[in-house]
Amino acid sequence: MAQGSTPAVPAATRAGRPASARRSAAPAVGPEEVTGAQAIVRSLEEAGVDVVFGIPGGAILPTYDPLMDSAKVRHILVRHEQGGGHAASGYAHVTGRPGVTMATSGPGATNLVTALADANMDSIPVVAITGQVGAALIGTDAFQEADIVGITLPVTKHNYLVTDADDIPRVIAEAFHIASTGRPGPVLVDVAKSAMQARTTFTWPQTIDLPGYHPVTKPHAKQVREAARLLATARRPVILAGGGILRAGASALLRKLVDASGAAVTTTLMARGALPDDHPQHLGMPGMHGTVPAVAALQRADLIVALGARFDDRVTGLLSSFAPQAAVVHADIDPAEIGKNVRVDVPIVGDLREVIADLLPELEREQAQHGKPDLEAWWRQLDAWRGTFPLGYDEPGDGHLAPQHVISRIGELSGPEAVYVAGVGQHQMWAAQFIRYTHPRSWLNSGGLGTMGYAVPAAMGAKVGDPDRVVWAIDGDGCFQMTNQELATCTINDIPIKVAVINNSSLGMVRQWQTLFYESRYSNTDLHTGHGTVHIPDFVKLADAYGAVGLRCETKADVDATITRALEIDDRPVVIDFTVSRDAMVWPMVAAGVSNDDIQYARGLTPAWDREE
Amino acid sequence: MTRHTLSVLVENKPGVLTRVAGLFARRSFNIHSLAVGPTEHDEISRITVVVDVDARPLEQVTKQLNKLVNVIKIVELEDDASVCRELLLVKVKAEAGQRTAVLEVVDLFRAHVVDVFTETVVVEAIGSPSKLTALLSQLEPFGIREIVQSGTVAIGRGARSITDRALERVTRSA
Repeated sequence: MAQGSTPAVPAATRAGRPASARRSAAPAVGPEEVTGAQAIVRSLEEAGVDVVFGIPGGAILPTYDPLMDSAKVRHILVRHEQGGGHAASGYAHVTGRPGVTMATSGPGATNLVTALADANMDSIPVVAITGQVGAALIGTDAFQEADIVGITLPVTKHNYLVTDADDIPRVIAEAFHIASTGRPGPVLVDVAKSAMQARTTFTWPQTIDLPGYHPVTKPHAKQVREAARLLATARRPVILAGGGILRAGASALLRKLVDASGAAVTTTLMARGALPDDHPQHLGMPGMHGTVPAVAALQRADLIVALGARFDDRVTGLLSSFAPQAAVVHADIDPAEIGKNVRVDVPIVGDLREVIADLLPELEREQAQHGKPDLEAWWRQLDAWRGTFPLGYDEPGDGHLAPQHVISRIGELSGPEAVYVAGVGQHQMWAAQFIRYTHPRSWLNSGGLGTMGYAVPAAMGAKVGDPDRVVWAIDGDGCFQMTNQELATCTINDIPIKVAVINNSSLGMVRQWQTLFYESRYSNTDLHTGHGTVHIPDFVKLADAYGAVGLRCETKADVDATITRALEIDDRPVVIDFTVSRDAMVWPMVAAGVSNDDIQYARGLTPAWDREE
Repeated sequence: MTRHTLSVLVENKPGVLTRVAGLFARRSFNIHSLAVGPTEHDEISRITVVVDVDARPLEQVTKQLNKLVNVIKIVELEDDASVCRELLLVKVKAEAGQRTAVLEVVDLFRAHVVDVFTETVVVEAIGSPSKLTALLSQLEPFGIREIVQSGTVAIGRGARSITDRALERVTRSA
């Protein structure tokens, strides 16, 4: 081994941080004479893995045999591979360590695709190990054969096919390194059954040999100085904090930057909790269902400092009219994000912890030189918007529960130490809007891919990763029906998550769009699960069938008592069927493809911007 | 839309071409031509890809390519600082009465006849894309039976080598 090589890091052993360039002091292991299957298990052990979510099958069978004897790796038998994948994501999200999922070849592997695509879009470190048919059978359309490396190529950060047992430890070491460093993401390792059965030697640590993989973590000093100069002199600055803040473990530094700069802050859907919601400079979430002050602030800003955000179309609205007066500082670990959607004035490539750590003293120096900027007029404007357009909702006219009330009370009664995991749709937006987040790694959702069915398995993974925290899955009646089989996994493996089904008896967000844009023609959005319906399925009975506690809540008077009852149960999963009004809509809203300036804070009502300026 | 020539040095491993080609497809980048082959270093293959893009998407192309773990280095070869060549094989009708005229065109373009049959000849030509286009237009009137053409390969002019430093990287981490 020549000098300059990087020893394999026991992948991200410290919570809150990807394992970037940290070197392992662990003593060398091996060589041990083992089978390929044992090499897989030994590699997982040495990589610091404590939990694997998976399902065995023909091609992965050899690995499940030594896995049974591992004292370090706990395997949790899930009921569907997608659940295993999301559970690994949920685990990774709360712990900061890569989540691991295992599946067999063919359908086992293809069932992982959605979960891997989800982790890829949201930059979650996941390592997936799949069995593949024996090397001699590859390419013959063998039983349960699927080219999973080809299939997952566009939805993983990287992937491998291993046909030689000798490659197993190196490839797994590389997989953990790639998944957890730079911009995190999923890595799939597909191992031929014949390689699992072959004899090999196992040693650890492995040398990471990736000549084309060098994430830049140290930001460019000149760019940082320029960013500081802009931030010190802007009159209408906004910090746009994205999910990268959480991946980098940079929340505390973000807070320092916010305090030092006096700028307004908005946290994207992926970054809820990156800065406490009660921070006085926090305007809430931007984007399609963001707050009016956050959206308006971005539109009127003269400077946007984007930190680990990627200017998703749901944030920018019509791109050509986004933040027309703003200079843009964009810091991200992934250079390809910079300039992808929005023209950038000051690009900064680097780990956000290093970026902000470097930015702080530069900002101080600029402020010492020029004085603190006068942001009074800006804050007067922002406070006027906050006063005029607070988040709110109307009580439904049909007498049924307001879903926003239910979700608010879950947040208030469970507190900021709990973890909240949402599916995708109206309930997800309300959970992002109406729960007050204080800590990072408290809010999990499928932001990029928008995967219905994310909540239950991801909550399961989160609870395994941090068993001492209360974990709520805030789910919709549509989402819940996509992955609720993992309740069996939760009950049997003593993973007492709580599920709040915000049951509006329909695919609510689709229905909302049908109301707004399709003349209330409700094509195929009725799910027959709510008030006055056949209740198919009956979620309370379903919970009971899975050995969970099932509760139903239909009136406002019962909301608090039902939530409290759920919080008292700690020995099994709880499912609450909150039957809510189906006519409740998510507001504010910027319709797809229109300018952020046309945000509606209620149906048909757009702020009269001129009056306030 | 403008045309750019990129030299992409990649690890010589199975599936790398698929990763590169797949990236172009899913990011909606247009490939005009693509050629791949070995280099003077066993561990490195070289892909020459000609893309039709504007300047800003080109930056996206190179950044996205750089994210591929197996991509070691990307260099854009500017027209005036590099040599670009394509290989063309063309089967042209050349019956007795026409043959001399066909051979005149072949000579004029410094191409070669590599196969002769009673009614046709196969012409081999190497040159810049514009030269080959000109040759084809001159041969067209005689009757073209079949064309096969390689993608562009390109190399920078002058003494510098783009593979040297990439190789340093490979050996350093090997």
